[in-house]
Amino acid sequence: MMKGDRKYIVMFLLPAAAFLSIFLYYPFFKSMYLSFFRTKGFTTKTWVGLDNYVRMFSDDLLGAATLNTLELMAYVIIFQVGLALLLAILVDNITWGKGFFRMVFFFPVVISGTAIALLFVLFYNFQFGLLNTLLQDMGFDKVNWLSENMALKAVAIPTVWHYVGFYFVLFLTAMSKIPSDFYEAAKLEGITGIKKTFLLTIPLIMSDIKVVITLAITGTLKVFEFIFVLTRGQNDTEVLGTYMYKKALVDQNFGYGSTIAIYIVVFGVLLSLLANRLLKRDEITY
Amino acid sequence: MQSVQSVKKPIRIKPGVVFIYVILFGWALTTIYSMFWIVNNSFKLSRDVMNQSFTLAFDPVMDNYTNAFDRINIGKSYLNSLIMSGSTVLLVLLFGGLAAYVLSRFQFRGRRALFSILYASLLIPAFATVVPVYELVIKWKIVNTYLGLIFPQTAGNLTFAILVLAGYMSTIPKELEEAAFIDGCNRWSLFTRILFPISRPAFASAAIFVFLWSYNDLFSALIFVNKETVRPIVALLSEISSQYGTDFGLMATAVSLTVVPVLIIYLFIQKYIEKGLTEGAVKG
Repeated sequence: MMKGDRKYIVMFLLPAAAFLSIFLYYPFFKSMYLSFFRTKGFTTKTWVGLDNYVRMFSDDLLGAATLNTLELMAYVIIFQVGLALLLAILVDNITWGKGFFRMVFFFPVVISGTAIALLFVLFYNFQFGLLNTLLQDMGFDKVNWLSENMALKAVAIPTVWHYVGFYFVLFLTAMSKIPSDFYEAAKLEGITGIKKTFLLTIPLIMSDIKVVITLAITGTLKVFEFIFVLTRGQNDTEVLGTYMYKKALVDQNFGYGSTIAIYIVVFGVLLSLLANRLLKRDEITY
Repeated sequence: MQSVQSVKKPIRIKPGVVFIYVILFGWALTTIYSMFWIVNNSFKLSRDVMNQSFTLAFDPVMDNYTNAFDRINIGKSYLNSLIMSGSTVLLVLLFGGLAAYVLSRFQFRGRRALFSILYASLLIPAFATVVPVYELVIKWKIVNTYLGLIFPQTAGNLTFAILVLAGYMSTIPKELEEAAFIDGCNRWSLFTRILFPISRPAFASAAIFVFLWSYNDLFSALIFVNKETVRPIVALLSEISSQYGTDFGLMATAVSLTVVPVLIIYLFIQKYIEKGLTEGAVKG
């Protein structure tokens, strides 16, 4: 410790601490506090104890939003993480064009979800969209992509497509860190190709897979743009994020909106813990 | 991979390899062709976007572009986005950098506790803070001003930045600092002359991610800055989808205008992005 360090510690930490306290911690605890009130705008609020939480359990719309979120999460974990892993394994096994694929697969990640959603508005449009034009050209009937029984799957596609590249790069990086003598030893044992992937590569990057699945879970809970732009939550596509937005900011029901927000946090923490428990394994270090 | 060469045929391509490339190019096509499709269609009249969306725009029409700038004033939204996301990045790097410096290079009581708090903060989504923050920005009279978005977004991105920067700084050898200290540097000049220059790659990648997240954040934009004069480009995009949902040409143009500059910049700074991902996100 140098002389006068205490002064610098305080001085350097202060701005960040101030921002975090005012715009993150205080609002977070305030949200918890608000979840015990019935509110009318910002002006009147009445203490109602656990009423909002009781209401939550009988709120069918919230139940539907939860189920939709879980369905979306399943698509994300299976297809987004799955595709990312598959693509990473494939790219890891080629010699030519690695850099090209890394660059191109990452494209969608840097684009805003809103722009991608708008792109898919043009793909899904019933009258003139790209998909229906294709179908008609091939002699099929038009499909209403955003109808009740298809809308959530239709929304899941851009959601999945958006972040495949992100997890792909994480996986590929993890694979590049595996020491090459592991592979050489395996080769001497005659373990190559698909066998090598399942016996060596995947077990060795298990801790990264765990991180990615956790990121995918918490990421899905934040999904908002795709639904907001593509369907506005209609046709059974409401998810927790859009439902919270509707309750808290459109209806200006701050009390109940906050209750839903707290529910989202708790739900996220529980799901992450569960995922980590299910995927528990001995960490491999090398 | 196994050696695929044999004596008689020096170049033999295995069918498995062909299959791999087919899949990889297939996925690449979804990203490249989508971008091409949208840009190509932005140069067509709305009617042609609908009827012939696959043809090449050989004689490009600029109608959509003049519309985008005159009718919906996309230029103004661009400027708003740049000002707000740029300021957010600067504030996050400055305050986050200083905090990361303290957390990684100083020994003091409560340091580990601070790290735990920071990791826990990553679990707080914007949903869980938005109502009180909204109340706050109204009370401070900064709703629908640049600061109304800059402040919440700065706070929202600080945790990530601090953790990435502290992670990088903790790998820098202590001797460097000690030598500089003997040469008469104080803590502030140690930060600006030693720590900051050495940690530039981490600062660069944190800057890129904070910028992208801020630039692409529709949720906060809808709530804090949704007035025509201050709204950023994502809020405008969402407005277009509800107001001009039938003007396909305009929509294609708006998407192109939002996406293309980001993609061009991405091509130039790609290596920092991947560096940031590998050094930051996974560690976190």
